[in-house]
Amino acid sequence: MSEEQLLSLLQGAWGTVLLSGLTLLLGGIAGLALALARVSALPPLRRLAAAWIQLIQGTPLLVLMGVCFYGPALAGVGTVEALPAAATAMLIYASAFLGEIWRGCIQSVHKSQWEAAECIGLSRWQRMRMIVLPQALRMATPPTVGFAVQVIKNTSVASLVIGFAELSYNAKVLNNSTFQPFLYFGSAALLYFAMCYPLSRWSRALERKLHAHRR
Amino acid sequence: MHYEFDFASVAAHWPLLLQGAWTTVQLSFLATLLGFVLGAACAVARGSRYGWLRAAVSGYVELIRNTPLLIQCYFLIFGLSSVGVTMPIMAGATLALVINIGAYSCEIVRAGLESIHHGQLEAASCLGLSPAQVFWHVVLLPAVERVWPALTSQFVLMMLASSILSSVGAEELLGVANRVQSDTFRNFEVFLLLWAAYLALACLMRAGFWLLGQLVFTRRRKLGTPL
Repeated sequence: MSEEQLLSLLQGAWGTVLLSGLTLLLGGIAGLALALARVSALPPLRRLAAAWIQLIQGTPLLVLMGVCFYGPALAGVGTVEALPAAATAMLIYASAFLGEIWRGCIQSVHKSQWEAAECIGLSRWQRMRMIVLPQALRMATPPTVGFAVQVIKNTSVASLVIGFAELSYNAKVLNNSTFQPFLYFGSAALLYFAMCYPLSRWSRALERKLHAHRR
Repeated sequence: MHYEFDFASVAAHWPLLLQGAWTTVQLSFLATLLGFVLGAACAVARGSRYGWLRAAVSGYVELIRNTPLLIQCYFLIFGLSSVGVTMPIMAGATLALVINIGAYSCEIVRAGLESIHHGQLEAASCLGLSPAQVFWHVVLLPAVERVWPALTSQFVLMMLASSILSSVGAEELLGVANRVQSDTFRNFEVFLLLWAAYLALACLMRAGFWLLGQLVFTRRRKLGTPL
């Protein structure tokens, strides 16, 4: 592998990191909104959020990518660049999964905490912000880090419909011109592993720490 | 800009799309079956007394769980064909999916195995069950029963992810849809149709797993609850 080819792979890895970061940031915001909607006091809002989550979790990411890539042009917005299209699809995908993970964390905060907060006269929003969310955050960290691994792996799908130049895309381009699949896909796999494995380990360590009382 | 939807020209290709959906179903069924067997075997091997076996299995699981399916497919299918090992695309696609889902189901089944109390094993051997009977009735079945909801989700995600295999040439739902796209130039309609089709498949698969759970785990209790 020449220096240029290695550089191309590393550039691809940067694309993967960029897309993953954007996804976690934007998907996190949307996911939090969804999680709050899922535990809202308004039944229509709850049902709407649940339906959205069901809808997105039942769709392959590849199809979401297609809809986000071809959709805007048809709606009259004009063509979108690869990165915004990929980030939109990933955002929709991540919001559904993060929303459901975080809903579980919010609901697992002990009922007595909710009641105590209500007794001392906190409003619903204060209760959520000052009592429930800080405790849910502690529980939410391990699965969220675990989901970040899924996000990094799934950015590879952006190379297919959209052709966003991330790690898999660059590895494929290199392989197409050199026909050394083991070398290039192996290197790409190693790079993905280098990104994901530390996160997996971290997630597991966090989880052990969280469940320390059970051991 | 005003856009006129044209589902008719896409729908005209329905035999092809139906065939693609059927291929997706077949692929998912095979991968679920073989992947579950592989995963359960690996989960048991992770508790083996041989250190090398445990290390090999955990290496396999970590490697697969920390790399994308797409790269695994490319590596396996393009890689093998570059050294002269060729196989029908369906066989390659199934192999890639089985290797992938095996690692995930291994972790899930292992969580189930670890949740079996030691007292259960002792009680079973006190009752005079043979090791094989203990393993089957006291360890494996209750373990799988506990993690059945997690397994269901994982296999449904795998069915959705099988759409990625179209990129190595598998003629499943998304693969044939790509052909329909290049025939009709109706990309957006095709993707909307795919959305509905995959959603329906996911619902069907969940229902299938639920039904299978009711049949296999005959003790009437809510799935996924503590024993």
